[in-house]
Amino acid sequence: MEVEAAKMIGAGLAAIALAGAGVGIGIIFGNYLSGAMRNPSAAQKQFPNLLLGFALAEATGLFGLVIALIILFAF
Amino acid sequence: MSTNPMHQFIVYRIGPEISLGNIDISFTNASLFMIISALAIISVFFAGTRRKAVIPTKIQLLTELSYTLVSKMISDTAGSKAKPYFPFIFSLFMFVLFCNMLGMLPYSFTVTSHIIVTFALAAIIFIGVTIIGFVNHGVGYLKLFIPSGVPVVLLPIIVIIEMISYLARPVSLSVRLFANMMAGHTMLKVFGGFVISLGIIGGWLPLSFTVALIGLEVLIAFLQAYVFAILTCIYLNDALNLNH
Repeated sequence: MEVEAAKMIGAGLAAIALAGAGVGIGIIFGNYLSGAMRNPSAAQKQFPNLLLGFALAEATGLFGLVIALIILFAF
Repeated sequence: MSTNPMHQFIVYRIGPEISLGNIDISFTNASLFMIISALAIISVFFAGTRRKAVIPTKIQLLTELSYTLVSKMISDTAGSKAKPYFPFIFSLFMFVLFCNMLGMLPYSFTVTSHIIVTFALAAIIFIGVTIIGFVNHGVGYLKLFIPSGVPVVLLPIIVIIEMISYLARPVSLSVRLFANMMAGHTMLKVFGGFVISLGIIGGWLPLSFTVALIGLEVLIAFLQAYVFAILTCIYLNDALNLNH
């Protein structure tokens, strides 16, 4: 296989990491909503934690994107 | 204008080439936007604190809100011992926030979408926090690598894992901010390219999508600055209150 083609496939495979980020963000928002439905008075206080968790979960997926970019452009 | 979505990240020189030995220290568009964001922060806070009215104006309200946000964040995550580090964390938060937000303007340059900028910030935090930890606790700071209540058999593995996770902090802190900014701006440019290539008939769908994405990107720009500052507080908490 040519190196160029292998790079493209590798970069595509590295983008699969975003699936995990999607699952994580879904779990965070889903659990926040179900918790907020049970106890709406406590929901407002946990909103910063929701956003923090969202940002942290999203970043793990983007690490995969960085790997893809390193494969494409750095090698 | 290039259609390459990566074209927006090019750093180019403004003015003459200045070099110090082998190091190129010319004035670039990245340095220009860092200066712009620093000046923007100074002017906003100067305007906000000029008239200390009891009934605040909008800009005074903004400065007071940002002060309360950061001060509450520090006291919640790092405790009262972290109060002396408030100026550093506040300026760090404001700098990252303004760099991110200025990057959202069309034709501007996002300073934080370059890993060297975010890595420099993260390395300052990492080295500083390590020094603070050793100054406060002496050699006892190494207890950070030994969590309490771990069986002795597992200890060698746990210590190595804890050390790796400690050393990975600057990398994860910098890559998180850099990757979020770069991915967001690339995505905006890719959808902007779809608008051009689909033409006047089909281009409206990606155009509306781009508008929604800009809203998301503004949220991300704020959130990543917030996360950057709050993680600094969490690391500082480890160094100040060695509790495990």
